[in-house]
Amino acid sequence: MNMTADPRDRGGPAQPLLLVNDLRKHFPVRGGLLGRQIATVQAVDDVSFSVRKGETLGIVGESGCGKSTTARLLMRLIEPDAGDVVFDGDPVGDRHGLSVNAMRRQMQMVFQDSYSSLNPRMTMAESVAYAPRMHGLPAKEALSRAEDLLAQVGLNPRQYARRYPHELSGGQRQRVNVARALALEPRLVILDEAVSALDKSIEAQVLNLLAELKARFNLTYLFISHDLNVVEYVSDRVLVMYLGRVVETGPVEAIYARPRHPYTRALFASKPTLDPDRRTKEMPLTGDPPNPINPPSGCRFRTRCAFAQAICAELVPPLAAPLDGADDSGAHLVACHLPHAQQVLHA
Amino acid sequence: MSQATAELVRRELGPVEITPIAAAPGYWKAVGQRLMRDPVTIAVTVILLGIIFISIAAPLVAGADPYAGSVLARLKPIGTPGHWLGTDETGRDLWARLCYGGRLSLLAGILPVSISLVVGGFLGILAGYAGGLVGTLIMRTMDVFYAFPSILLAIAICGLLGNGLSNSVIALSVVFIPPMVRISETVTTQARHLDFVEAARASGTTTMQIIRHHVLANVLGPILVYATSLISVSIILSAGLSFLGLGVTPPQAEWGLMLNSLRQAIYVQPYVAALPGVMIFITSMCFNLMSDGFRSAMDVRLNK
Amino acid sequence: MLIFAARRIIQAIPILLGVSLVVFGLVHIVPGNPIDLLMPPEASPEVIAQMKAAFGFDKPLYLQYLLWLGRALRGDFGLSVFNATPVWGQLITALGNTFILAILAAIVGFTLGTVCGLLSAVFHGRWPDKLFSAIATTGVSLPHYWCAIVLVLACAVLHDWLPAQGMGDDSLPLYDRLEYLVLPVATLSLIPMGVIGRLVRATVLEILSQEFVGALTAKGLTRWPVIRHICRNAAPPVLALMGLQFGYLLGGSILVETVFNWPGSGNLLNLAIFRRDIPVLQATILVLASFFVVLNLLVDIAQAAIDPRIRR
Repeated sequence: MNMTADPRDRGGPAQPLLLVNDLRKHFPVRGGLLGRQIATVQAVDDVSFSVRKGETLGIVGESGCGKSTTARLLMRLIEPDAGDVVFDGDPVGDRHGLSVNAMRRQMQMVFQDSYSSLNPRMTMAESVAYAPRMHGLPAKEALSRAEDLLAQVGLNPRQYARRYPHELSGGQRQRVNVARALALEPRLVILDEAVSALDKSIEAQVLNLLAELKARFNLTYLFISHDLNVVEYVSDRVLVMYLGRVVETGPVEAIYARPRHPYTRALFASKPTLDPDRRTKEMPLTGDPPNPINPPSGCRFRTRCAFAQAICAELVPPLAAPLDGADDSGAHLVACHLPHAQQVLHA
Repeated sequence: MSQATAELVRRELGPVEITPIAAAPGYWKAVGQRLMRDPVTIAVTVILLGIIFISIAAPLVAGADPYAGSVLARLKPIGTPGHWLGTDETGRDLWARLCYGGRLSLLAGILPVSISLVVGGFLGILAGYAGGLVGTLIMRTMDVFYAFPSILLAIAICGLLGNGLSNSVIALSVVFIPPMVRISETVTTQARHLDFVEAARASGTTTMQIIRHHVLANVLGPILVYATSLISVSIILSAGLSFLGLGVTPPQAEWGLMLNSLRQAIYVQPYVAALPGVMIFITSMCFNLMSDGFRSAMDVRLNK
Repeated sequence: MLIFAARRIIQAIPILLGVSLVVFGLVHIVPGNPIDLLMPPEASPEVIAQMKAAFGFDKPLYLQYLLWLGRALRGDFGLSVFNATPVWGQLITALGNTFILAILAAIVGFTLGTVCGLLSAVFHGRWPDKLFSAIATTGVSLPHYWCAIVLVLACAVLHDWLPAQGMGDDSLPLYDRLEYLVLPVATLSLIPMGVIGRLVRATVLEILSQEFVGALTAKGLTRWPVIRHICRNAAPPVLALMGLQFGYLLGGSILVETVFNWPGSGNLLNLAIFRRDIPVLQATILVLASFFVVLNLLVDIAQAAIDPRIRR
């Protein structure tokens, strides 16, 4: 890992860049006669994870599992109900720690929709230069930095700096969004389904660009996606979410080769593959995901799990090392009560 | 482009020198260009400028004193030598009355809309961006005033405040503020939820900066279109108030007032009596068409 | 659906209360004692004090408001200052007359407007579009009180085709009385025609440009079913605006009624203003505004019934 000294680095390589503890967000549902709150959407519940410096953490899950909400909670675009976020040793939002503003200068985000992420009435250079300008950089310098960044993401500034969003293709716009995210020189970049809306060939180009930029600028990535193949390609570690909770996390090879949680296994099993050696032996996911408004008690996956027992309804399974002790450094964690369910069934 | 960037471009993107393509014009410039190509809007704007010019330059153009009347010269028809548009019921020159009347009528049309634009636009953008309790409070208060049909509210306020131009301007401003607030709030709420505004929030810039650079430009367009169409309504309404005797008081010249005082004259000089109404109609129509042209020019969908 | 309706009705109540507050408050905001507005200037102080007590103006403001509101809800608006007859009776008669005008003007205006709008949209870009759009824009830009004058000029003064004023005597046969309706209705229908015409044109154009129309035609549907689809999609906003316009016709008829001397609520309002007849003024404004609120409420509920997306 390329760890040239960053002057903002506080704790050295051993300290996680991002530490998230028991993050929670419930959204009220209003209805009824007077518009009172009648239910809650439990979007994110007790989510904890860490991101090491220089790595790419992939977050996977179905639509509605809370991945994007988590990203917005981290960026404080939504206020969390509970939980702590610690950035390089400094608690965010705390009086003695990092202010939200200061955190935003070190952590940035790229959104999924490349068109609506850009102000249709601003040129590309203006969009990229906006944040540095607002933070005090003189206009000329901000523009020249913007042009430099456009070049870094592969767009010739002489050709693209004064264009408008509707004149660019999706891939080009997403490059501009990446440039915009890099304008404040962040250390962590959250990519929320950043390549999901692009054509496959363009997607590959942008992914390669992201890898280059990561090396060049010493970045750490949080890569959110529902595409399992892409996550496998880019990530060092993976986090699997289901209905607002983390069900499994670990190194990418471990998760993809030996998934432990029944949900993860079913997720991978439902990946279509042309390999005749990998025929589907177990039942892929059935049924619709239950409603996050009234999630099942205890383990939220139990209503679709082939191994569910009584305890699964009573107790929320903690995220812990696999019960068969077979795994290594304790990096691979599973949230399941039943050793039998965690065992890998060999084909 | 800095030296380092040029170097980077050459290294990463190859030696091909791409000739710089002329930059696409800015959004507002593009709107301006589209307006220039619209014959209706241009014609209408020219007419309006003419009317405004005549009103402002009334002392020079009128050729007669709008207050000087002579009973002997009452109700002369169109084409009378010395009074080419005739005279009104007290013998005052009609052309002069129309010129000077334009001042008050235009003022009564444009001023209330401008006031409501500033006040209503501010309240609406505030309500739309802040949301929550502040937004709800503002919108519910506006709902109460919105519950009155405009003419009714204007008449009620005018009727109780009394006559006079300033009272009618106040009344019309109050009448126009709720729809202004409503339009600004709707457009701002839509803009607030767009991704690029979220991205701007995520970059740690202050609310005022976000509103100034991102929200305002996207919001002003529709608001201005609506305001322009309101001017035509305002001219008709203010003339209507004067017509009822609630606005401008005699002997001042104002188109609505003239329409009322000439009502009995239709039996004697019908064409002269109808003239003030023609002016109101033309001015109002021009503002309406201008508003339509503005809206078409700003609609990116129709033009790309 | 029912919940939406109930919620809307509950939301309307504070608005109605607010309206009554505004109507009540307007009179007291006006510079000058309300009593002075009613009394001749040379009245002696004792008489003034007596009148104050009689009208209840000596009580605290909120109490006056509640008393007034209570009486208003029972239909008791007091006596007209001008001719000492009960306000309620006058108001009802006047409202009825305005209603006749409004209904007829609505029918004429909405029909013409819809036809103009549809034809404009269907022949988009060609000369019928320009013609009908021009008609609609004219309808919106015309000062309708001026139109009234011109119509009176053309039809009553220059040629004696139609009566210029009033509603006609009760003694006349129905056919003759209908003559009195023609000019006022024609004038009043101009603005709704313009407004509805423009909206219909814009709405239908937008629907025609949407993809599902192409999909329907590609599926082989012939013209008539496609037109039905278009109408069903265009209906909600147009119907909403029609409701609003009807409210404006009822509440904003004062100018036309003044020109034609039609004894409707607008005329009553006009006279009340000039006679400083406060009870009549308050009652008329309150009833007209409340009617407008209720009308808006019904329009919202009807819209939600047609378009399920609106029910939250």
